[in-house]
Amino acid sequence: MGNTSSMLTQYDIEEVQQHCKDAFTQQEIVSLYQRFCQLDRNNCGFIPSDEFLSIPEFAVNPLSQSLLRMLDGLNFKEFVAFLSAFSPRATLHHKIEFIFKVYDTDCNGKVSFHDVLRALRDLTGPFMSEKQREKL
Amino acid sequence: MNNIGTLKSSSSELDLDRPNIEDYLPSGSTIQQEPHGKLLLHDLLNISPTLSEAAGAIVDDSFTRCFKSNPPEPWNWNVYLFPLWCFGVVIRYLILFPIRILGLTLGWIIFLSSFIPVHFLLKGHDKLRRSMERSLVEMMCSFFVASWTGVVKYHGPRPSRRPKQVFVANHTSMIDFIILEQMTAFAVILQKHPGWVGLLQSTILEGLGCIWFNRTEAKDREIVAKKLRDHVQGADNNPLLIFPEGTCVNNHYTVMFKKGAFELGCTVCPVAIKYNKIFVDAFWNSRKQSFTMHLLQLMTSWAVVYDVWYLEPQNLKPGETPIEFAERVRDIISLRAGLKKVPWNGYLKYSRPSPKHRERNTLDLIAVHQFLGGTCQLCSLILLSNKTLPSQCCGDWRKNDVYLCVYLS
Repeated sequence: MGNTSSMLTQYDIEEVQQHCKDAFTQQEIVSLYQRFCQLDRNNCGFIPSDEFLSIPEFAVNPLSQSLLRMLDGLNFKEFVAFLSAFSPRATLHHKIEFIFKVYDTDCNGKVSFHDVLRALRDLTGPFMSEKQREKL
Repeated sequence: MNNIGTLKSSSSELDLDRPNIEDYLPSGSTIQQEPHGKLLLHDLLNISPTLSEAAGAIVDDSFTRCFKSNPPEPWNWNVYLFPLWCFGVVIRYLILFPIRILGLTLGWIIFLSSFIPVHFLLKGHDKLRRSMERSLVEMMCSFFVASWTGVVKYHGPRPSRRPKQVFVANHTSMIDFIILEQMTAFAVILQKHPGWVGLLQSTILEGLGCIWFNRTEAKDREIVAKKLRDHVQGADNNPLLIFPEGTCVNNHYTVMFKKGAFELGCTVCPVAIKYNKIFVDAFWNSRKQSFTMHLLQLMTSWAVVYDVWYLEPQNLKPGETPIEFAERVRDIISLRAGLKKVPWNGYLKYSRPSPKHRERNTLDLIAVHQFLGGTCQLCSLILLSNKTLPSQCCGDWRKNDVYLCVYLS
């Protein structure tokens, strides 16, 4: 793992930085690349959903299914862009856009009643009946 | 939230130049809500803490870190270090390695030529045969340890042979068993392996009273539990050695202990093993190497340096559950060997957490929002829907590690 930063040239790092709108420093991008390589076991250039599920901390997260939908088949640039919403340098608008995307499960640009219901179902699991959720 | 806290403390292990993204994650909704009598939609739908946790897990998680082996660091090769390193390689591979192989073969010959006669000729005199077999196995293990130049320091009183006691140790590699066996002949409980190791297991180690299990068989658990109980009762049997982690961990962390060893109703004697990685990393990454390759790697390095501490025997305290007992012993071992604790079940290396675990975590999420001053405002809601909750909810969940109830149930 110690040699991977040599596979990432300065041009690559700057390109990725530009793609995520400067949300990460160059050092952070190098570390993220090491993590990406660690997760991408088969060196196919993207991380399959299975790999994310094998991280126990991620798999027990209630929102893992919705996030997996957004995380499928991401190459490294898209991976960094995905995580850029969590950087302190990301704008508030960017963060809100991200949360909106998590809610908008059918990707139609609108958060409908069903979207909200689905998110609520993910979050509360078996502890609330459907009727209670709809009432809320 | 306490799980972000655990992530932060374990990430101090990372290299200094590796940034910790958990530090940068937004800490939940910035609008502080006054406690209301009812569960508000707004609070439930505030998913940013959950999202932050998920992103934190993607970037770095404590479970993968347990099984990371150190990459071999190349020296800074310049004019004088490179020849020195080459010289070292030559000595290790061409001089030390053949000597060690010879020594090991000699040891095997002596062992087998004594063991087989003893085993068959002394069939009638069980006690004498078993004590001789024990000494022979101890001798063989010493040969093994010498074959990779084990430099060991034992601390604490030597284990005594008494009934109703089990030994537990942290697990880094299959050689843990050999280095402990060298001092005292234990009866160990191991996963059945294929190949020549399995052959050894079923022939020689059988005589010591060792027990096998198969991780993949579900019903196996009860059978093995019964065998364990029977073994501990017998006064003549070798003391039982159990590795409650269930899998090899990289000697910087300990994963959760299985409670099987702690509900046998006997004294538990903890043993802590810590390897010094100065010459070689003794962690056996079973996904990356076979055991033979691992042994060869050990035999072609300078030495294996480690410490073994035999710690004070522990008993189940009145009012303590086996799980709490296991955690207490794990604390003792981790403290002694300088290992960090992670709240994960080692078997997750082989399987995924089931969706049931995800559901348990939703409770955590809701409780985070509603835990205010000692009353869980969620519970009134739950009572309405007639669902029974584990008693860990309602104010107690913060005391218990939430992952603890997820994986040990």
